[in-house]
Amino acid sequence: MLEEVATSTEGDLVINVGPQHPATHGVLHLVITLNGETIKKVEPHLGYIHRSIEKMCESLTYRQFIYVTSRMDYLSAHINNHACALCVEKAMQIEVPERAQVIRVIMDELTRIASHELWWGAMAMDIGAFTPFFHAFRERETINDIMEETCGARLTMNYMVPGGVMIDLHPDFQRKVKEFIKLFRSKVHEYDELVTGNIIFRSRMKDVGFLSKEDAISFGCTGPTARGSGVSCDIRKLYPYDVYNKVQFEEVLETGGDSLARYMVRIREMHQSISIIEQLIDNIPEGDFQAKTKAVLKLPKGEFYTRVETARGELGLYIVSEGATTPYRIKFRSPGFSNLSALDTMARGSKLGDLVAMMGTLDLVIPDIDR
Amino acid sequence: MTNEELKTRITELVPSAAFEEGGEWINVNVDPGEWPGFARQLRSDAGLQFDYLFCLTCVDWKTHLAMVYHLSSTLFRHNLVVKAKLDNHTPQIETVSHIWKTAELHEREVYEMFGVNFLNHPDLRLLILPEGWEGKNPMRKDFEDPVNMIKL
Amino acid sequence: MPLTSAFSIPFSRFDIHKMWSLTDITTNIHDWLNETFSPTWVLIIEMVIAGIAVIGLFAVLGLVLVIMERKVSAWMQIRLGPNRVGPKGLLQSLADTLKLLVKEGLTPGGADKFLFNLAPIIALVVAMLLMAPIAFAKDFQLWNLNIGVLYVSAVSSLMVISILMAGWSSNNKYSLMGAMRSGAQIVSYELSAGLSILTIVVLAGSLNIPDIIYSQADGWWIFKGHIPALIAFVIFIIAVTAETNRAPFDLAEAESELTAGFHTEYSGMKFALFFLAEYVNVFIVCAIGATLFLGGWMPFHIGNWEAFNHVMDYIPSSIWFFGKTFFLIFVIMWFRWTFPRLRIDQLLNLEWKYLLPISMFNLILVTAIAILKWHF
Repeated sequence: MLEEVATSTEGDLVINVGPQHPATHGVLHLVITLNGETIKKVEPHLGYIHRSIEKMCESLTYRQFIYVTSRMDYLSAHINNHACALCVEKAMQIEVPERAQVIRVIMDELTRIASHELWWGAMAMDIGAFTPFFHAFRERETINDIMEETCGARLTMNYMVPGGVMIDLHPDFQRKVKEFIKLFRSKVHEYDELVTGNIIFRSRMKDVGFLSKEDAISFGCTGPTARGSGVSCDIRKLYPYDVYNKVQFEEVLETGGDSLARYMVRIREMHQSISIIEQLIDNIPEGDFQAKTKAVLKLPKGEFYTRVETARGELGLYIVSEGATTPYRIKFRSPGFSNLSALDTMARGSKLGDLVAMMGTLDLVIPDIDR
Repeated sequence: MTNEELKTRITELVPSAAFEEGGEWINVNVDPGEWPGFARQLRSDAGLQFDYLFCLTCVDWKTHLAMVYHLSSTLFRHNLVVKAKLDNHTPQIETVSHIWKTAELHEREVYEMFGVNFLNHPDLRLLILPEGWEGKNPMRKDFEDPVNMIKL
Repeated sequence: MPLTSAFSIPFSRFDIHKMWSLTDITTNIHDWLNETFSPTWVLIIEMVIAGIAVIGLFAVLGLVLVIMERKVSAWMQIRLGPNRVGPKGLLQSLADTLKLLVKEGLTPGGADKFLFNLAPIIALVVAMLLMAPIAFAKDFQLWNLNIGVLYVSAVSSLMVISILMAGWSSNNKYSLMGAMRSGAQIVSYELSAGLSILTIVVLAGSLNIPDIIYSQADGWWIFKGHIPALIAFVIFIIAVTAETNRAPFDLAEAESELTAGFHTEYSGMKFALFFLAEYVNVFIVCAIGATLFLGGWMPFHIGNWEAFNHVMDYIPSSIWFFGKTFFLIFVIMWFRWTFPRLRIDQLLNLEWKYLLPISMFNLILVTAIAILKWHF
């Protein structure tokens, strides 16, 4: 297949970026038609890591299927689990204890920061700066350590269950999170000094990969990708879940629509996440961390849809239930899949080097696209 | 618009539309033949403005297939679920990829997973599955793969 | 004579001739050889010694620069870097070289085998040729050429041929794109590098490298030449960074775009030769920069502060030379580990729209300064 798609037509140069390529951060395969260095067309070929999670879930119970979703967008594992838990709770009308809700939101925001840290390092690496990656990992490791203490895992935590969270917080959790906030605040200025303010970086990002507001909506872009184009689409604000309606935070919007705007949205979002954690960390209510639920969950007959905001955008979970212990059909509306569809429009007419920067600002996680 | 207002407006547009009760959003069942016209009106009608197609999928009900479109308006913040019943053997429906661009990739996914033929789709090819999978539709309930599927 | 260079420029004001020098050793060897063998054999033996010295220096430089790069990057990236082989990991690059030596050198199926194998050798030969006119210490030079600076500019242009050859013969689109980028880049940036070298040639009034060094006996050109020399120095550093394909101008390799650019298909020792040539090129351009702007092996002298200058003379000239060169190498490594990469059009814009006009104007300014004797 590779031979076939890489055959050039009309004298253009057709190159395969991926499935193994340093810039695709996974097994994304883009077939790019070039005229010199200028991009004429970008065509994604997916499926190299498709595990058919939707089909798998059809034979898993409502307690089991959550663990599979950690492997979709592995950088937002908590948030994927959160979506599943929310959907089951909504269908079964389970009242989640306040303590569990607060814990979930703190964990979500820590995940979001960790994900954005990784994105920041990887994106800087895409445009040729190698050092920021290690600086980003310094802070990210701290978050992973915090996660490990409480959840027992560093990446695919599987911490959220229908009705609350699996186990109670580690006694050191609050102290460690506060230490992390202190560390983050003392180091975050380095990000701006090292990358954001750099003149080469700015000239690489400014007016590159433009995505208009209309296109962003039409392509179904969500998350920082759409907010960089000025589309208000933060599910945490629009359809608040758990305790998001009780905390003060600002939906980060930029109007530039270019790579720099998308970059700035994520940088500013990290600060918002920190502020959410700060508001909640001292106010974790006492009580149960899990509602009492039956051992075997059975969803009533019907269709249920939940939306949550992952680090990449809106994750939709559509469950069709026939009243059995396993779902009849599950559909994950993953943010990466829709964001990727806008890449062709963004990239046409720009240089090959810019494509890499654009893919960086889309923050693609391939298992999330392929599911 | 509230759900009630939406209902009246949609009934004006498509008199044959059937509403399903239950669920947080209103569910409309339309005939696949009426869908292209209805979709265009949903997008362009001044009071509706459903500009954001946030989920497009298909459900295999064994007797028939059902296309499910989740629509939202970024202007009015109202949501709508449109469903269209398709025939099991030769499922086909008009594409909406020229109305909502995101539909292009989503429809390609549904095409290979369920075998739904989207009429007038600009580029209806396999997206996720490798070559040689045309005609096999892994997400259908009757799909069998004795090698890779393990029955629990 | 290859090993010694006899020149004398009347700088009697300074006592630099009394500096510790390698001349005695080389003269002794030369005399002893002349007593023992016939003149033809002496020439051959001296050529062999020079060849072995260059290859040895080449290998040592490669090893030292690779470990230096890895340690510098580790330091900037808050990690330790290689720390397993030898004391503090200092022998890591030796182990790497051994690995590359015993690795299979693959040649891809559709490649032009002759050119594919020739390219790394050309890269190596060019880098070796560039060693000839560099003065490593006082009176220690392989070839005292009267057009030394011109020779360096001319021979370093040949580097692009090996890169184009490698990119084209690999039969790989990434390699070809890397080579084309590199061609455009090296040819453009040579202009600025050449013009900034010319400013010093104008000030010193000679193309001969020892002459240029002796002309800095009362102060380095970067201080004596006022602001124009400083501008020329900055442009020179930018241009040679681009010419050696180092980040932020590493478009020919551009890991995240072109996987590895022109050497994507190379492995084993053929890859190692490219790698080695790159580092030696960095050393050479830094050595040229140090020679032209920072006085080469010339100690830090200030005008006619006799006492101060005399104290400075106690530091051996080779330490001065390598100190300056490695400082410049460190600066170039610092660039690499801090800056993101430019885009190809930005790269060419920078050269043709900014650096080239500035260096042209700068050259005129320097010429005026030289004619009017405004420099110190």
